[in-house]
Amino acid sequence: MTAALELAVSRRIGEFDLDVAFKVESGISVLFGPSGAGKSLTLSLIAGLTRPDTGTIAINGNVVTDCARRTYVSTQKRRIGMVFQDGLLLPHRSVLDNVALAVRQAKGRRARRAIAQSWLEQVGAEAFAHRRPGSLSGGQRQRAALARGLAGDPALVLLDEPLSALDLEVRQELRKLIRGVITSSNVPAVLVTHDRDEAIELGDVIIGYRAGRVTGSELVERPAPTEPGPTSPGDTGPA
Amino acid sequence: MTALIPHSWLNWLGIPPWVWSPLSVSLHAALEATIVVGALGTALGYLLAKGRFPGRSALETLFSMPMALPPTVVGWYLLTQLGGPGPIRDAEVRLFGHPLTFTFDGIVVAQIVESLPYCLRFSRAAISGVDSRFEQAARSMGLPQGKIALLVTLPLARRGIVAGVAMAFGRAMGDFGATMVVAGGVPMATTMPIALYNAVFYGTHEQATVLALVQLAVSLAILLGVGRLGKVRPW
Repeated sequence: MTAALELAVSRRIGEFDLDVAFKVESGISVLFGPSGAGKSLTLSLIAGLTRPDTGTIAINGNVVTDCARRTYVSTQKRRIGMVFQDGLLLPHRSVLDNVALAVRQAKGRRARRAIAQSWLEQVGAEAFAHRRPGSLSGGQRQRAALARGLAGDPALVLLDEPLSALDLEVRQELRKLIRGVITSSNVPAVLVTHDRDEAIELGDVIIGYRAGRVTGSELVERPAPTEPGPTSPGDTGPA
Repeated sequence: MTALIPHSWLNWLGIPPWVWSPLSVSLHAALEATIVVGALGTALGYLLAKGRFPGRSALETLFSMPMALPPTVVGWYLLTQLGGPGPIRDAEVRLFGHPLTFTFDGIVVAQIVESLPYCLRFSRAAISGVDSRFEQAARSMGLPQGKIALLVTLPLARRGIVAGVAMAFGRAMGDFGATMVVAGGVPMATTMPIALYNAVFYGTHEQATVLALVQLAVSLAILLGVGRLGKVRPW
């Protein structure tokens, strides 16, 4: 089976030296470690926003970075979705426009907006689809950012501390949403966090980071799914 | 040219008919110059803010020179280049049928050169000031570079760009030195500042007062109007 992501890269920035290698299969892989360990830099390298000094990166078996051969596929062509810490929704566009702009798989404004609308419904953000990001709460913004990250039919979703700017209650609510939506959409994801509870609750695999190195990885054991039964809204997020 | 503003409006505003011609020339020329400067200044501002190429600083210095030079010096160079023998004058004759010196089009050219640096500098600073993470987010959404410029960078920089365009319009409306040297204040090519100079020169101070007042009011009204365009909904 082809790995969703396979990388072995190094990058030096001043005194900081990142040198990591790992593989990601399906599900959510969490890069976990303290601040300054190189987790977000790794996401930036995967996205093609930063170039490594050495190494290769392959997404779904397609080599997108190969320093030895000077291969650097542009961020636009990597078919990734990104969810940033503070959402980074375009402030001059409505939430619906923000999501529709990320839709790659459809041509025509109407078709793109229809897909965007359905993603907003899946993340419970349809009520504020026509509002501007500046008028939304942090939690609402991250719901919209999650929809935007998934709307472009990505081969891989990268989430860079998507919940760290939110208060505890909203964070717990959104953890369920992120886990539910990503699992049901079946898109492999790499999530960065320094919160252990978040790593355990969201991740299928946890990859430990410290000082620019991978310290190890562990599978998260999850209880087998129970028989389907009545659930309260928001328990598992919209599927 | 006098049809730019209906005469009934000018009458209603109490602007005497002898002011209409220089006012129309000034407004018309400044408007044409600002349209060119707005497009050119924003494009150059984007290129200088985002481009990484040799000679970038030299290019910026070249386009900013009219800010540092006395307008009469700019006018002199334009006069000799546009009006003197050479390929530029030949091209003008081929394109317009006559040289541009001492014509309305000459005023527009002088105002473009004089006001471009203001638009360029404002838009360059505004575009440089856009948080690059929004552009990174747009790249991750798969948007091509051209769309990122049009849908992300320029809208986020619009306050500065609009301010630059307003500054350029004000500079074009107020230009005297370069316009005077290139166009010389011939009939139908007399702008408000030149008419004001003529009024002072011939000692008709009442006319000078009216011209100054009208120019003050028009510039204030337009700058306030353009300033409102730059205001955006709160984010």
